[in-house]
Amino acid sequence: MTTYLASLQEGLARAFAADPRVYLLGEDILDPYGGAFKVSKGLSTAFPGRVITTPISEAGIVAVGTGMALRGMRPVIEIMFGDFLTLVADQIVNHAVKFRGMYADRVRVPLVVRTPVGGGRGYGATHSQSLEKMFLGVPGLTIVAPSHLHDPGTLLEHAILGDGDPTLFLEHKLLYPAALLATSPSLRISRVEEIPGYPSAVAENYDSGNPDVTILSYGGMSREIMPLMESLRGEEIRVLAVFPATLQPVPSKTLIDCAKRCERVLIVEEGTAGFDWGAELATRIYEAHGAKLAKPVRRLAAHPGVIPTATHLESRVLPGRGSIESALLELMS
Amino acid sequence: MSQDREFFRSMLHIRLVEESLLALFSEGLIRGTVHTCLGQEAIPVGVVSALDKARDVVCSNHRGHGHFLAWCGDARGLVAEIMGRPEGVCGGIGGSQHLHVKGFYSNGILGGMFGVGTGMALAEKAQGTGGVVTAFLGDGALAEGIVYESMNMAALWKLPLLAVVEHNQYAQSTHWKLEHAGQLAERPRAFGIPTTVVDGNDVAAVSRAAAQVVPAIRAGSGPQVLFCETYRIGPHSKGDDLRDPAEIDTARLRDPIAGVRSRLDAAWCAAAEREVAGEVTRLVDALRKVAA
Repeated sequence: MTTYLASLQEGLARAFAADPRVYLLGEDILDPYGGAFKVSKGLSTAFPGRVITTPISEAGIVAVGTGMALRGMRPVIEIMFGDFLTLVADQIVNHAVKFRGMYADRVRVPLVVRTPVGGGRGYGATHSQSLEKMFLGVPGLTIVAPSHLHDPGTLLEHAILGDGDPTLFLEHKLLYPAALLATSPSLRISRVEEIPGYPSAVAENYDSGNPDVTILSYGGMSREIMPLMESLRGEEIRVLAVFPATLQPVPSKTLIDCAKRCERVLIVEEGTAGFDWGAELATRIYEAHGAKLAKPVRRLAAHPGVIPTATHLESRVLPGRGSIESALLELMS
Repeated sequence: MSQDREFFRSMLHIRLVEESLLALFSEGLIRGTVHTCLGQEAIPVGVVSALDKARDVVCSNHRGHGHFLAWCGDARGLVAEIMGRPEGVCGGIGGSQHLHVKGFYSNGILGGMFGVGTGMALAEKAQGTGGVVTAFLGDGALAEGIVYESMNMAALWKLPLLAVVEHNQYAQSTHWKLEHAGQLAERPRAFGIPTTVVDGNDVAAVSRAAAQVVPAIRAGSGPQVLFCETYRIGPHSKGDDLRDPAEIDTARLRDPIAGVRSRLDAAWCAAAEREVAGEVTRLVDALRKVAA
């Protein structure tokens, strides 16, 4: 059974084998250590010279990746924790995504910045965040956030070898050991590829007809939502969950089509509440489907404060199976 | 002597194009901002004289017209770009601070392009092109942290990178001594980066220094710094200059164009000046006409 981590390792290795212009740069990524979360394990041994361990200079290494990309290479930059994306913001916002547009479409920047995000490991306020909303809305930036219903390695390979625009690739820490869920005996899982190379994964816990509730979510939240859907199947609560592979661009038609299949919509994300992914999606759903909703769209996100270190305190702040179930039942009532 | 003539023409070309830009600005034909390098022309001309345009790369900054003209000479493409014309090198999208032609990349964020240039140098090395990346930065940008992250990596990985510091004394309106501690030229040396201090107003000296360091970098010396002492005799941008006029007048005595002119035949210089001025006037007038 392939795990999310193994899939990423294999996807990286496939990209390295396919194209000699692919390099990986990041902190502590050489063998035998192989990266803080082991995504590059074995890579520096298999491809000597193309895996470069770097100083702790996040802004600098994203700048380096951008320069490499402008000069015809296909660099992948590992940022050890997604929380450190604040350090690379200028390089992404004012450099990597700007060149193609401001140079009148005459250059491409095929840069991938990979990083683990999310809580649940007791790392506390500065090593547990899901900061992607700070990058949502940055024009020219593709943001990929695979769930465990996706094959993250294939998505990563596509990001590295694909169309050549800067991509932020978000891996959820708690998903690394998770087995991928391509199929399930109790759930129907399908894929809709509105954005080429980046399919949305759709899970349904009923055999035919329409759901009672549609959940829109992404990334690590799949780990909380899938077992909940299995248990709700026993209670005959029909749930459809859709996990887009990309937060940006938004596979709008797919998400709205899923929302339109019922009168109740729940949006779940692990980032903090307010000015978030869910706000954008809720707006799109209201624009397309608002009059037909039985209840207002329900948005569930992290409490907007610091993420505590202690397990019992952290679980009160981040959305999890319990709070998702409560929100769903409230929407049903 | 023949090199001095080339230098004179190139520096004069940059000076006259930039003076035209300031005129176009005051006529309302240019929007936004224009950062000129008046008084610093010897640096791009001297440095670019040592580069191989077929394979080298230049990373430039907000004050990049001189770098651009020294690199490719396309004054029409530059002025049109800054005027927002479709004939501009980036179709009018980029403007003064965001220029691109083959091998040349500029951006208006201070220090950031030094990191990007470091990555370009890594790409040239990894791909075995033999190319050297030259990144221009001013003393103002030496206050940005990413510059030191990049120096560290460039030295650690022995990258083919030439950093040209144009120490023009001022960061916008602030004298460098109000924003920097210590000696600026010592900073790259702390990373083991050979740093050559040169009179940035002497085009022959800049050219000689560049002609020494560029082949060494190409041969694998790792990064080097050319630290050019100069003075920005023009305003930061447009007309926002509150410096003591006496200080600027003193600096004008060391005008780099006058310096090279003193070594050349006066009649030849006058003829060359008429020729370059005529060329710049014609292209600016033509653009003025289409913009009107």
